[in-house]
Amino acid sequence: MRSRLEPALPIVGAATILLLWQFLVPALGVPRFIIPTPVAVVLDLVREFPLIVSNTVPTAIESISGFLLGNIVAVAIAMIFVSSRLLKQTYFPVVLFFNTIPILALAPVIVLIFGLGIVPKIIVAAVICFFPTLVNMIRGLESPTENELELMRVLSASKLEIFRDLRLPRSIPFLFSALRIAAQGSVVGAIVGEWIGSNKGLGALIIESTFNYHAERLYAAVIVSALLAIVFFNVVGVVERRLLRYQSPAS
Amino acid sequence: MTVETATAPAIVARRLDVGYPVRGGTLRVLENLDLEVASGEFLTIVGPSGCGKSTLLRVLADLIPPLSGTVQVLGATPAVVRERRDVAFVFQDATLLPWRTVRENIALPLQVGRRSAARALAADVDALLELMGLAGLDGRYPSQLSGGQRQRVAIARALLAQPRILLMDEPFGALDEITRDRLNDELLALWERTGTTILFVTHSIIESVYLGQRVLVLAANPGRVRELVDLRAVKGTNGRCTREAPAAVEAMAHVRALLEGS
Ligand SMILES: Nc1ncnc2c1ncn2[C@@H]1O[C@H](COP(=O)(O)OP(=O)(O)OP(=O)(O)O)[C@@H](O)[C@H]1O
Ligand SMILES: [Mg+2]
Repeated sequence: MRSRLEPALPIVGAATILLLWQFLVPALGVPRFIIPTPVAVVLDLVREFPLIVSNTVPTAIESISGFLLGNIVAVAIAMIFVSSRLLKQTYFPVVLFFNTIPILALAPVIVLIFGLGIVPKIIVAAVICFFPTLVNMIRGLESPTENELELMRVLSASKLEIFRDLRLPRSIPFLFSALRIAAQGSVVGAIVGEWIGSNKGLGALIIESTFNYHAERLYAAVIVSALLAIVFFNVVGVVERRLLRYQSPAS
Repeated sequence: MTVETATAPAIVARRLDVGYPVRGGTLRVLENLDLEVASGEFLTIVGPSGCGKSTLLRVLADLIPPLSGTVQVLGATPAVVRERRDVAFVFQDATLLPWRTVRENIALPLQVGRRSAARALAADVDALLELMGLAGLDGRYPSQLSGGQRQRVAIARALLAQPRILLMDEPFGALDEITRDRLNDELLALWERTGTTILFVTHSIIESVYLGQRVLVLAANPGRVRELVDLRAVKGTNGRCTREAPAAVEAMAHVRALLEGS
């Protein structure tokens, strides 16, 4: 089966499922206000394009801001924890505890504290990004091998130099596997934030379409949310590949 | 057995005890070890796995302190010698930083530690690339090199600060025999030209006799000197021997017997 057709197989897979959906679901008598056909969704997406775009923009802004905020704070705290055992031992368990609170339970609290503007959405997105990045970054910064640390010590490297020339570059692959999770999580966070209190954004559109049985628009909003997450994921992937070019055996 | 030389010895260790802190106490690794290495000597070190060969090099490089006893390297403490960049270490796995190119790896000693201590100039990197047969590979990343090439880079990096003592911990242990033999010859040529004192840990009896002027055979549990085998009678006036010379083969059998008896 190793042929040039192979990359096309997932497309065949998606196409068969879409075709089944298009013809089987109406044939089974499922009403279109519950599951509309793919063609109807796409037509709605085209027809309501300006509405969708105007709701995608705020969600994108919240996701990106939350992504930046959550990850920057996580990286900073990881650096502090790695350079101070005492602080890590004191506060890491607290962070672990906070992480066990489901984000859906925490989101209303955040809205309560920060009001109805853009800020609570950014914070919910940031909270989702924060934890995986913190954990991975700590692991990455602590990943240098015994030999690598001994090499630095033989060279009389300072703590700062060991950080700059060993710990930080060692942590980059760990950081990026967290950032790929965060890229998708930030969209989830922004949408959850919008559910709780907003009249714009994809989250608001989803809630409103659901209550109005506007199924085509609901599905269109869901698809655009997914696209947004895919775009973020790929942007992170592109940056990662540029930074980690050294890992590929071919020049 | 001491070596009579005009210059002061490079390394003097007296009644050395070394161990590691472990749960519930200390794991004694080396006990009551005496060693004297002449300046410019090539000393090879063999011994059963876990007898403390790497540990001995770690003490000399100031990576761990001894429990008791004294160590003098070039007449000073290991810490001072490390600060002065008079000692360099080559690890078995090369320990190249994967995100740095060959050139950047070799130049690492210029970028960390007290810069004043690094005597070499950036131009030396080119000379070392040439010397170690790495010309044209300077832009490659470690993942794009063979095992032998990686060790050459590690040696070039160690040589950058022109150390007076080179500590090598099984540097060729992971290489195929042909590559290992070639690097053996290159290392001998380097040693002859620079006069660097080299301590070279190996598991290969052939390598230990081929390279060393003396072979330090260690015994295990606790790690101690089994015998210091002097090979200078084996080696010709140029300080070399072939691997097949009868005297060399005899010395190898002797080292083997010591290892099997320990
Ligand atoms: N960091 C450490 N902490 C505790 N024990 C250690 C540590 N490093 C080494 N040891 C122990 O010290 C002993 C000597 O180790 P060392 O690495 O010096 O042996 P070696 O002679 O180099 O062995 P090999 O030939 O396998 O490399 C071993 O029993 C090892 O388990
Ligand atoms: Mg060892």
